Amino acid sequence: MRHQLCLAALVVAAACAPSKGPQGGANSRLADAREAAQRTFVEPGKLDEFYLFYSGGHSGQVYIAGVPSMRHIATIPVFAPYPATGYGFDAESKAMLGGFTWGDVHHPALSKTKGDYDGRWLFVNDNANNRLARVDLRDFKTHQILGPIANSSGNHGSAFVTENTEYALVASRFSIPIPVGTYAPTSRYATDYKGILSGIKIDSASGKMSVAWQIVTPPFDWDLAATGREISADWVVWSSYNSERATGRLEVTASQRDRDYITFVNWRKAAGAAAAGKGKMIGGVRVLNPREVPGMMYLVPLAKSPHGADFSPDGRYVVGGGKLAPFVTVFDFQKFLSSVAANDTTGSEDGIPVLRFESIRVAEVPVGLGPLHTQFDDQGYAYTSLFVESAIAKWKLGPFDGHDSALVVAKIPVHFSVGHLVAAHGDTRHPVGRYLISMNKLSKGRHLNVGPSQPESSELIDITGAGMTMLYEAYTEPEPHFAQLVRADLLHPIEVYPKAENTNPNAIWAASDAKITRRPGIVEAKIYSIRSYFTPNEIEVQQGDSVILYVTNAEQERDMLHGFGLAGYNINVVMDPGETKTIAFRATKPGVYPFYCTNFCSAMHQEMQGYFLVKPRTGVPVAASPAGGN
Amino acid sequence: MPLVSWLNQVLSSRARLAVLGAGLLLLLTPLFPLWKITMFANQFPEGLRLTIYAHQLVGGNGGADLQGINILNHYIGMREIHAADFVEMKFIPFVLGIFLLLGLRTAVFARVGNVVDLVVLFAYFSAFSLGTFAYRMYSYGHQLSAEAPIKVAAFTPPIFGHQRIANFDVYSYPGPGSVLLILFVVALATVLFFETRRIKRQAA
Repeated sequence: MRHQLCLAALVVAAACAPSKGPQGGANSRLADAREAAQRTFVEPGKLDEFYLFYSGGHSGQVYIAGVPSMRHIATIPVFAPYPATGYGFDAESKAMLGGFTWGDVHHPALSKTKGDYDGRWLFVNDNANNRLARVDLRDFKTHQILGPIANSSGNHGSAFVTENTEYALVASRFSIPIPVGTYAPTSRYATDYKGILSGIKIDSASGKMSVAWQIVTPPFDWDLAATGREISADWVVWSSYNSERATGRLEVTASQRDRDYITFVNWRKAAGAAAAGKGKMIGGVRVLNPREVPGMMYLVPLAKSPHGADFSPDGRYVVGGGKLAPFVTVFDFQKFLSSVAANDTTGSEDGIPVLRFESIRVAEVPVGLGPLHTQFDDQGYAYTSLFVESAIAKWKLGPFDGHDSALVVAKIPVHFSVGHLVAAHGDTRHPVGRYLISMNKLSKGRHLNVGPSQPESSELIDITGAGMTMLYEAYTEPEPHFAQLVRADLLHPIEVYPKAENTNPNAIWAASDAKITRRPGIVEAKIYSIRSYFTPNEIEVQQGDSVILYVTNAEQERDMLHGFGLAGYNINVVMDPGETKTIAFRATKPGVYPFYCTNFCSAMHQEMQGYFLVKPRTGVPVAASPAGGN
Repeated sequence: MPLVSWLNQVLSSRARLAVLGAGLLLLLTPLFPLWKITMFANQFPEGLRLTIYAHQLVGGNGGADLQGINILNHYIGMREIHAADFVEMKFIPFVLGIFLLLGLRTAVFARVGNVVDLVVLFAYFSAFSLGTFAYRMYSYGHQLSAEAPIKVAAFTPPIFGHQRIANFDVYSYPGPGSVLLILFVVALATVLFFETRRIKRQAA
């Protein structure tokens, strides 16, 4: 009995002891780690709940990971060749790349219906070469690359799709004299250099993109955008820096004003004005001047060199992240409309009215240092990344009654220097909550040392509770900017290309249909591929011939991919089941070059090979015997 | 009762209706699989499926499984399985039609002997069809190309039940179509049993 009492006393003492003791701290960290592991562990053979589509920055690609496991599942090549899937080697994808071998993907945007993801397409921008691409989520392949978009340079504020995917709205980060090819010295930057906002029309059936209209703007550097919803459905906002219209060392020259601008653009009005023939044709596109289309575009001051401009899920508020300020600014869209109606302006920039900041701003929430980008959950909270502070702040989206600092409810450090963040459906009408991913620019040695080129890290954070809980850390391919986190059950991709849908006139489905056709200077071959052979397995041409190969993978079984690699000719194409690819090149080098299946297919994969024989054009001996005999 | 007399006895109207009903089972048969062959392996957890109907051979997964099975079989030198090679699929629907007509005839002429004809002919037809099916299976597994990349001993794929072939577990079982055919015979046998009992009682 005495012993039991003593034990009881010990237990009470332990319970009352400060829990932050070294031993207790380690134990609770371990318990937290165990719980985090359980919540992110996805059993082998089981599926993740979410797709994460994250931009690959200057790798030019889009990467897919599963969440909560954070496992990298696949890469979607978009703006750069990718031998692993043969992208950029066949005639079709080569034509799409248009001679470029890289791009800079920043902001993927899923197509939407009524403001929510509909799982049809993913649009991604190329900041470098000013293009926009469409990935079809039926086969997870890039189907169109639009651009370089006329008159503009640096497609950064892109791509942001409207409530029902009527448009992808994009904006230039770098101002240039227009049209592209025009020369003007930078001393005339303020007047002769122009920013461009573009409305990219999206065909509702096919997803095909086309440049519908543009708006010429002062030479601000347009940064990030968001599209409105419900009351703000016709509007898009972009943040900008360099309202100073400066050149040279921008980190100084473009940081002189306390406030730059966020712009509110009525895209429906712009589309109407373009349809009515307003503006003029520049570089093949109808370009609108805001001066001539009143009510289309407004500027609102926003502190300081802002990055993020994000609409709340209901479309009522816009959150601006002034990256050199310690707070986010919240604008009320309803007040914006009242200011527009009352013409409550304080000036103008090249004919674009500047609205009175104080009339529209409803809060400055002190989230912390270097706010960049904001996402939302389903519980009325906003999450803002803090680059300088290397943290994420969770704050309540209202009420905005003057108690701004009381809105911040939690903060979590991240490792390190977060740029964008993404919450599940965090930029839609109906966010899902649960998970938030911090996409960090620096990892600073939190990983096995891989030398000086250090990876980027992304951290998975649980946002179900009152605060935020760090769950997992993964090394996402360089370099994630924005991403989209979407419920897996919204996507319904195919697993093979159905034979019945292959409309390629050169597709063949039986070895007996394989054929080599010769015309003067041109050799065409229809090649049949199936486990584990090519027909024909010998293709002979004359040196100098143009060679066109149509290779069909006749399989209809999932994951039965075949590759066609041609040694010495820098060719590697991969055909998915049911797919036909075209390979076009000139047989410049004489000799014998093996071709083989590059994508491991079967037990006899090694044997899946053949010879490409190039006969020398004139008088050169076919083979010189080393022994000198005949 | 002498055999000939028994064969000439007239069926009751209930028995005639039962024969008619049994004939209708034959009409339904082509809608259901006669036989199902399924192959599982570690990398084929959902299985490759072949379904045999009275009139057609259907590969699982929208037809892709037939090509898939042929691709795998070509490694051991088995010749390709094509629906067109199954001559049974031409004669079985035809013969089922004949049995339907014979059933109608029996319902009209209504002699015990007609039912006996039906049962005997149907038993012969079933045995013959099963025999050709077994022989076809035997031939696929025994006429292997001498040039096959993978040499295996000649074998007969399972006709009924499970068999392990290389890395595959192969299952072969009759489907609902065969059950209908069995029900057809059972119905006729039942008619014979009860009619004979009735006739005996009446004679007594």
